Amino acid sequence: MREKRLRLIITFHTTAAAMASERLCGEKGLPGRLIPVPREISAGCGMAWMADVEAKERIREALEAAHIAAAGYYELIL
Amino acid sequence: MIYLDNAATTLHKPRQVIKAVAQAMDSMGNSARGTHAGALCAARTVYGARVKLALLFGCEADHVVFASNSTEALNIAIAGIIRPGDHVISTDLEHNSVLRPLYRLEAESDVQLSFVPLDKRSGVDYADFKRLVRPNTRAIVCTHASNLTGDMLDVARIGAFAHEHGIPFIVDASQTAGCFPINMREMGIDVLCFTGHKGLMGPQGTGGLCIAEGIEIRPFRVGGSGVQSYSKTQPEAYPTRLEAGTLNGHGIAGLSAAVDCINEIGIENIHAHTHALMRRFYDGVKNIRGVAVYGDFSKDRSPIVALNIGEHDAGAVSDELSERYGIATRPGAHCAPRMHRALGTEEQGAVRFSFGYFNTEAEIDAAIAAVRRIAE
Repeated sequence: MREKRLRLIITFHTTAAAMASERLCGEKGLPGRLIPVPREISAGCGMAWMADVEAKERIREALEAAHIAAAGYYELIL
Repeated sequence: MIYLDNAATTLHKPRQVIKAVAQAMDSMGNSARGTHAGALCAARTVYGARVKLALLFGCEADHVVFASNSTEALNIAIAGIIRPGDHVISTDLEHNSVLRPLYRLEAESDVQLSFVPLDKRSGVDYADFKRLVRPNTRAIVCTHASNLTGDMLDVARIGAFAHEHGIPFIVDASQTAGCFPINMREMGIDVLCFTGHKGLMGPQGTGGLCIAEGIEIRPFRVGGSGVQSYSKTQPEAYPTRLEAGTLNGHGIAGLSAAVDCINEIGIENIHAHTHALMRRFYDGVKNIRGVAVYGDFSKDRSPIVALNIGEHDAGAVSDELSERYGIATRPGAHCAPRMHRALGTEEQGAVRFSFGYFNTEAEIDAAIAAVRRIAE
């Protein structure tokens, strides 16, 4: 299992938004990767963006500038 | 075989499309179902296709909804926008993929239908839209081009009228997507229904609907979405709202490659080539004694020539073309009953020659010679 530490988790309403975020972060050189949504956030399913918490504002700004709607921003020990 | 049935499906596909499908079948998991390498490969491919189609048609990527073909897309749009008691305007040029969903609403949901008639030049009088509009007109649904004759409607003009009256405008682009420039924003199109296997030169089983911002479509089907699993209702956000169930990821990979191919060739070049072939064929057959060609060739049109030879049954002519000359055409009613009625060809049908990017002048000349021989 991965090492537990504080991480930024961003959730989305659709897979399309998750994929748009992955593409955007790749283009902008922003950190992170897609993971299954952790149970602490939702008992459902879907994808979430996991990154270092230090990158939160940079990622948020990039997503907002690109009009990509996130469902929520969380900081969790995972 | 000389394949002149491209309005039914393009038989010859770009090599990149075939490769992309094969590669996808070797590497893709299920899009939106998990985040392992296979699932992400599928999700990235599907999202990439949304982005390309959004650019091609002038909408937002998350408003590109995949369906199995134009028929399914039209069913989703028509059933999801029109409510009981609404009025709808359509035209005589429509395919059954528009007509039957509308007729069903008429029979089951008290929906009233008005049809703009075909005029003598195989087009429509655009003033008819104004004449037919009612306070409860909920949608205008029309084709971009007739699948029988290739005659086109000025969708930008109809779109402007629809927006002036606040009426959602649904367009069937089955015959034009990939062959003509289409920009939903510029043309005032609210829902563009397309298929992947005709002019776009992608695999069968691909297609979808592109939806303008602010247009609400109730889900046609509900079910697995890969998100919000404990919600009793289908997620609200597009495209998930209308995409319950596993997508045709392998086909979409091919469609994505097909859009790349079209962009490389250039839609203007595809249009110029297919239009020149159509014109060559039309010029070659129009004066053959006994040949009757349908449609208006004085303006831009989809690359189709529909004709009859004397009183011969269209099916018999098409069979002769196939058996004796190895030329593939489509006879019969072409799922366009109102159009055949308007043209007076209900009994005889018509033989449809439809041209694609991979056809050549030599094939056209062979087809002209075959028509001449049959007419002798």
